[in-house]
Amino acid sequence: MSINPEKIIQFSPLHRLQWEEAQQKDVILYPEGMVELNQSSAEILKLCDGSRALNGIVSDLEEKFSTTGLKNDIIAFLEVALQNGWIKQD
Amino acid sequence: MAGSNKIKITPPRWLLAELTYKCPLQCPYCSNPLDYSKHNNEISTEDWKRVLSEARKMGAVQLGFSGGEPLTRTDLAELVKHARELGYYSNLITSGYGLTEEKILQLKEAGLDHIQVSIQASTQDLNDHIAGTESFHSKKEVARLVKKHGYPMVLCVVIHRENIHQMPEILAMAEELGADYVELANTQYYGWAHANRDLLMPTKEQYEAAEKIAQDFKEKVAGKMKIYYVIPDFHESRPKACMNGWGTTFLTIAPDGLALPCHSARELPGLDCPNVNDSSISEIWNESKAFNFFRGTEWMKEPCGSCDEKDKDFGGCRCQAYLLTGDMYSTDPVCHKSPDNHVIQEAIASARESALSGDEKPLIFRNSKNSKNY
Repeated sequence: MSINPEKIIQFSPLHRLQWEEAQQKDVILYPEGMVELNQSSAEILKLCDGSRALNGIVSDLEEKFSTTGLKNDIIAFLEVALQNGWIKQD
Repeated sequence: MAGSNKIKITPPRWLLAELTYKCPLQCPYCSNPLDYSKHNNEISTEDWKRVLSEARKMGAVQLGFSGGEPLTRTDLAELVKHARELGYYSNLITSGYGLTEEKILQLKEAGLDHIQVSIQASTQDLNDHIAGTESFHSKKEVARLVKKHGYPMVLCVVIHRENIHQMPEILAMAEELGADYVELANTQYYGWAHANRDLLMPTKEQYEAAEKIAQDFKEKVAGKMKIYYVIPDFHESRPKACMNGWGTTFLTIAPDGLALPCHSARELPGLDCPNVNDSSISEIWNESKAFNFFRGTEWMKEPCGSCDEKDKDFGGCRCQAYLLTGDMYSTDPVCHKSPDNHVIQEAIASARESALSGDEKPLIFRNSKNSKNY
């Protein structure tokens, strides 16, 4: 499975992304399970809100963190996210 | 008792709310205590709300509404709503019996995240026999409705000698119903399952054949469906890392408000498990004797004490050690390093003999009448 750069990316309706105060972390929740996210993974997933495709996510993050060259890292993470069912593309 | 001030106490992450011991089903492998009919004094809605609030504040985030059959509590939707407001991820662990479309919608509205439906077998006859209640068609209908209303659908099938031969048909049924997850839970021998062990435990050959089928299926459906496989620990050489370590992650509250480090811990002697009627969740988790009893590794006897795997499996399961050796401090006898491992081999042999004899005693079904015998 790989990311189609043309298509909108959306967070899975079967998972929930949530900030956990007690852990000071964003987590993904799903039936009987939880994944703890580091900050960069969480920032990427928060932009998978059904309004952006790959380039939109890359440009928004590069702008937010005033940097460039994030694309390959973002693709690598999104492919992991897709394989785990955290995000989807229709 | 091991609880010492040196051990760093991690906050609870998983709260199992056993709302009731009432259940319309009579599964002979039920994990509820054999004498559950003695503990029928259920705590109130307000008590549950306080428990949920206090545990959430400490960091609990996964919440299982279980039982018995949690649908028999008329305040379920109210508790689900409270849980959602607190930010829990709520799992309803149900037989599906009596779950109407109206109720499914009501629970969705209240903020329920996920419904796990149990099915006992792939055929009506066997399902209804094991459940002790005619329920096969209504369970399948509930599974469809759960899916229809956008919940992640987890189909849970407890595996034992009476249904293990149906593994291919069980998996086909899960696929047909569109399950997102399938939990293949090899029976764990506590409570009623312990009492029925000779009749429930498959032979090693049966396990191996079923596991191969499940593994092949897992590869086939990768990306579409996830398989949770609960291992048959009697056939392993190392024990399970029970509860991810005592008092590290899991908190169970029983229907009568008893707080347990695992759902079987009621049967361990001398733990003096605390009750939410008398203590806050914070006091229970951090300070109670029961929750500190097997924290860390200082309580361990040999061969656990000097074992280089003690931080990986925590000595296995305390309830299993107690049930099978009479000593809750001993190494889980599943471990091949345990001097008591012969009791496991004897249990396997005894079940095999029972299977081959063709002259088996009947299953003891889980119901109030049978519970009064314990």
